[in-house]
Amino acid sequence: MSNLRFTEQALSEWMRGSGQDSDIVISTRVRVARNLQHLPFPLLATNQQSEEVLEKLKDVIGEGAVTEETGSFHTIILEEIGDLDKKVLVEKHLISPSLANESRNGAVILNDDESVSIMINEEDHLRIQCLYPGFQVREAWEKATALDDVFEEKVDYAFDDKRGYLTSCPTNVGTGLRASVMMHLPALVMTQQINRILSAVSQVGLTVRGIYGEGSEAVGNLFQISNQITLGQTEHEIIDNLHSVVLQIIEHEKNARTKLLNDSRLRITDRVMRSYGILSYAEVIEAKEAAQRLSDVRLGVDLGLLEGPASAVMNELNVMTQPGFLQKRFGDGMNPGDRDVCRAKLIRETLAQKAKS
Amino acid sequence: MMCQECGSRPATLHFTKIVNGEKTEFHFCETCAREKGEMIPGTPNGFSIHSLLSGLLDLDPAGKGQLAGAKAPQVPRCEECGMTYTQFSKLGRFGCSSCYKYFSDRLDPLFKRVHGSTAHVGKIPKRSGGKIQTRRQIDELKKELQYRIVQEEFETAAQIRDRIRELEKDLA
Repeated sequence: MSNLRFTEQALSEWMRGSGQDSDIVISTRVRVARNLQHLPFPLLATNQQSEEVLEKLKDVIGEGAVTEETGSFHTIILEEIGDLDKKVLVEKHLISPSLANESRNGAVILNDDESVSIMINEEDHLRIQCLYPGFQVREAWEKATALDDVFEEKVDYAFDDKRGYLTSCPTNVGTGLRASVMMHLPALVMTQQINRILSAVSQVGLTVRGIYGEGSEAVGNLFQISNQITLGQTEHEIIDNLHSVVLQIIEHEKNARTKLLNDSRLRITDRVMRSYGILSYAEVIEAKEAAQRLSDVRLGVDLGLLEGPASAVMNELNVMTQPGFLQKRFGDGMNPGDRDVCRAKLIRETLAQKAKS
Repeated sequence: MMCQECGSRPATLHFTKIVNGEKTEFHFCETCAREKGEMIPGTPNGFSIHSLLSGLLDLDPAGKGQLAGAKAPQVPRCEECGMTYTQFSKLGRFGCSSCYKYFSDRLDPLFKRVHGSTAHVGKIPKRSGGKIQTRRQIDELKKELQYRIVQEEFETAAQIRDRIRELEKDLA
């Protein structure tokens, strides 16, 4: 099946580009939630109704559709692909766990470089998601709203004069907009300022999650920061609010990094080099340790302590070392112990290869 | 009282189930209750955003209407998809877009809590939202009209008034 090329490579093509402040902000994501008029939300839709939703939306932008800005689109029907492929799509953030596991007539429409992911029959009928490297919230919103307009020309949205875009969950009503950035904040964690900053963030209508969304743990010092409020603010207010808070966090992280370098250069260099050594030579490594070591190496490269792998390689390794991707690469049916061996091997080989090139 | 299931530990959970008018009393210890899959208050299983929300949604001020024989309060029900407000408050999700209309009386306090606000001010669909856009424009102009009058800029105020009239004609 040709679609599965989306699960062959760990790194989406769009992630190879670089964006503003990409040493601290890994990526930016904006999604809008929309529903069609006169059809129940996926939660209550019958098989026939969710099929109707799928058909209607697929007709707007579907297999082979091309737009100048995004390239051509490809449709993947979730029921037609294997569990492992679903898992990899989740690990690459191209679909949500709930679309992978719970949806009926669920589908995702991806463009060539995987920077646009349109989910159908997730919690809402339609979720348009745009991904950008680095810190580009405004750009991501512009693209998402343009795609939203393309759909709106052809289908009737559930929209209410007072409440705005109607969504299945009351936490999304109004704009249906969720803008989020994934940040790498090792210096704030090391200097123990992170909790103070994260609790401040939650007081200005933003929320912090682990990298795999709701309920997931922050691993490898990666944090996902997004807006909580979707009603009563305009899209631009939401975007600007996130933008200015993230700018401040970047500033704090930069200060903390400078302070670390000034106060404990030897200690931090040692830590980075140890981690680089372990990743380069270890025979067995667990996911959590791998994430932490990769974070150290990324910091080392950012600080100029290590002439090491480019950030694209680090991003690639972050996805590559996830369980689903490892199974995809090395074969299904591995137990966690086998995975730790394969993970170590993959990291070793990737780092050695990049050192040569 | 000892747990009616194991008989060895003291019963700490006492509750009454009413299914189709038939009343059954239960007295369990915590261990047996958990094994039987009964909800133990304060220890939610599978805590999610939806269960968190349902806490906010359960704002029935009269207490739960649990008293046997008490007349059940009228629970709003969506005529479109059949979801009741009680179901909505358990699931934390609407069944269809019409739920917003049928539950509208109860939604303001919820939205106020979640979003700090009850009304949408953002994007409007281009094709179907023409009238809404006009209405918003009128609201804006009315505010400006007030301001101009206070500033005693009556000429500008008159122009704005005329534009409001024009827009209102479009709407009708």
